[in-house]
Amino acid sequence: MGKLNDSASPHLRGNASVTRIMLCVILALLPAAITGCLNYGRHAALVLLVTVSAAVLFDFFSGLVFKRINCVKDMSAAVTGLLLGMCLPPDFPLWKAAIGSFLAIVAVKQAFGGIGKNIANPAAAAWIMLLLVFHKDMTTWRIPMTETIVSSAQPLSGSVGYWDLLFGSTAGNIGETCAAGLILGGIFLCLCGITSPAAPVGFLGSFALLSWIGGFDVPEQLLTGAVMIGAFFFANDYTTTPLTKSGKFLFGTGCGVLTFLIRHYGGFSDGTLIAVAAMNLFTPMLDRLTAPVPFGAVRKKKTKKSKKQETAAA
Amino acid sequence: MKRLNGIHLPVKKRTEDKQITPLPLPKTVRIPMLMHSGSPCVPIVSAGDHVDVGQLIGRAEASDAVPVHSSVSGTVRRIIRYELPSGQTVPCAEIETCETQLLADTCIPPVINTKQDLIDAARESGCVGLGGDGSLTFQKLSTNHPVQMLIVNGAECETRLSADGRLMLEAPEQIIGGIELVTKLLKIRETRIGVRRNRPAAIQQLLNAAANSRNITVCPLPSDYPQGAEKVLIFHTAGIAVPDGQTPEELGILVLNVSTLAFLYQYSQTGIPLVERVVTVDGDAVTKPCNLRVPIGTPVTDLLDYAACEPDRIHQLLCGGEMMGECITFRASVVKTQNGLIASNTVKTYEESACIRCGRCMNACPLSLMPVSLDKAYQQRDVNQLKALRVDLCMNCGCCTYVCTAKRPLAETIQSAKALLA
Repeated sequence: MGKLNDSASPHLRGNASVTRIMLCVILALLPAAITGCLNYGRHAALVLLVTVSAAVLFDFFSGLVFKRINCVKDMSAAVTGLLLGMCLPPDFPLWKAAIGSFLAIVAVKQAFGGIGKNIANPAAAAWIMLLLVFHKDMTTWRIPMTETIVSSAQPLSGSVGYWDLLFGSTAGNIGETCAAGLILGGIFLCLCGITSPAAPVGFLGSFALLSWIGGFDVPEQLLTGAVMIGAFFFANDYTTTPLTKSGKFLFGTGCGVLTFLIRHYGGFSDGTLIAVAAMNLFTPMLDRLTAPVPFGAVRKKKTKKSKKQETAAA
Repeated sequence: MKRLNGIHLPVKKRTEDKQITPLPLPKTVRIPMLMHSGSPCVPIVSAGDHVDVGQLIGRAEASDAVPVHSSVSGTVRRIIRYELPSGQTVPCAEIETCETQLLADTCIPPVINTKQDLIDAARESGCVGLGGDGSLTFQKLSTNHPVQMLIVNGAECETRLSADGRLMLEAPEQIIGGIELVTKLLKIRETRIGVRRNRPAAIQQLLNAAANSRNITVCPLPSDYPQGAEKVLIFHTAGIAVPDGQTPEELGILVLNVSTLAFLYQYSQTGIPLVERVVTVDGDAVTKPCNLRVPIGTPVTDLLDYAACEPDRIHQLLCGGEMMGECITFRASVVKTQNGLIASNTVKTYEESACIRCGRCMNACPLSLMPVSLDKAYQQRDVNQLKALRVDLCMNCGCCTYVCTAKRPLAETIQSAKALLA
């Protein structure tokens, strides 16, 4: 008779794990990423390869430097790299893409304490930094299957149909143009129970409503830029969005409103990721506002009597 | 009606169709003097004394204790120290059994005509909450508040356990008998029995047995875990949320387990105190899972032998179910509150990583607490934040730990956090 294990209850665990979740997210991103690579050719694939591998490498080395376990194994760096790469133009210089991964992993994620502790979405924050530093490269796109360079933002290009917007045969960032793939991936994650539909519903709902009030072409507004990837992936990031369903909905709504404002009244052609990063800062506040009331907890309500007593005492 | 959160556990009821069988008489039994929540009893036998089944061996001197009776006929070998899973040591009577098992002459059916008679009987019988919590039944019955409703706990929501489930199938009339006894003397108008929806046969048996009794309803509960927790059970059967700071008794609600009621009924008929109980024996190390009726104090190794389970292969032994059970050793005996004995040959260890704020623990918590925030507050030893997050309400059901994707031992952390406040 050997020595028996002595541990605290429960003695049974579910099989969900961080790695499994991250793999599902990568799977959900793949349709849009692959379509992007097919549409924009070899260089687009290289950009994704560089952002993902650089992100994983930087995560590995930060793990050594900061002495953190479980850094690369959880696959979260690969997700960050993929998300960042998908939001870059197809002809983005590779070394600049690697800098983007460095900013995302080291500056935004690991410097704040590693996975689960960062305040802004690493990919979104790094994307904003790249936009400011390498503005020209970040705003030069190419019509798929051609060498035609365009520097106008996709929402303003005008002449493309909804079908093109759904399947990505328009000029734009690698992983953003195939809206159908992103919607598919987003629904897959919701059905798996990995993400909740609250944030995308708030995001797309408020954005569509504002676009409709503003007299814009609503489907076109929804299908262009980073709106879909923002609503289904960036606004559903666990770490940087609120915990509760109502918090997530408010978060998404805020993102939708900000995206609309930046797109139509701001200086940037597409401000989805700026909106997400800005809303990330509201997450602690939204968490506090929407915290659930524990079952059976008695909320101390101020009755008229106690109010009167308080004012009398004052 | 709103449903409380919970988790869906994998169905592992291998013993659900295993009839309750008596365990062959053990050679020795070791009966600890503390098998309830309260103070230990004082042993009144010494080495060499002859005892019979049902004879008083431990006197309840404190007001929060019930007496302990011998579960066998035999000779007391010695009084030893027995270590409980909590670490507390209590006196324990080691009794060697003899061939002829006789009932002590003190075992005569009690006369129960009034509420006080029932309370006294519950106390003298050594009755405790047989569902596993070990609460003192006589204390529950002696409530000064008028009881409006009796809620009967037939949830048995742990994995693997089926002792209560078998009782509902095999002896529903005893449960109904117990209900009638209690409701008559405490003048309770309404009874609700909570049984999980995925046990239709048990629900049917109870309905059949209660066909002639009025005011007994069987409430199908969700098939999630936890349903047997008092607050959850009351909410899902009666729709009443017990407010913080109040006990169910103050709201006129009495909650008793099916096995406890069946025992009270049997005691009222025979006068044999609590000397045996049904234990489910299961686990990956067990080749012959079964439901056994065993004398209290039987060494757990006897049960393992019967269930064809090699002790060498066991790496973990649990008293109770896998979610809330406690780790025990091979030296342990079957106690009054033990509804299961789970032997595992594999003990998985999990590498915990940083929380990614996935929020699954919040969605699993039946009491809508925020384990994610409690974990963080505990790491910072932030007592005020822990209080604000109502750490005191946690009932340690373990749902948060079960669902945690970062494999953090949240329930354990929350118990440490509770201790921080005390």
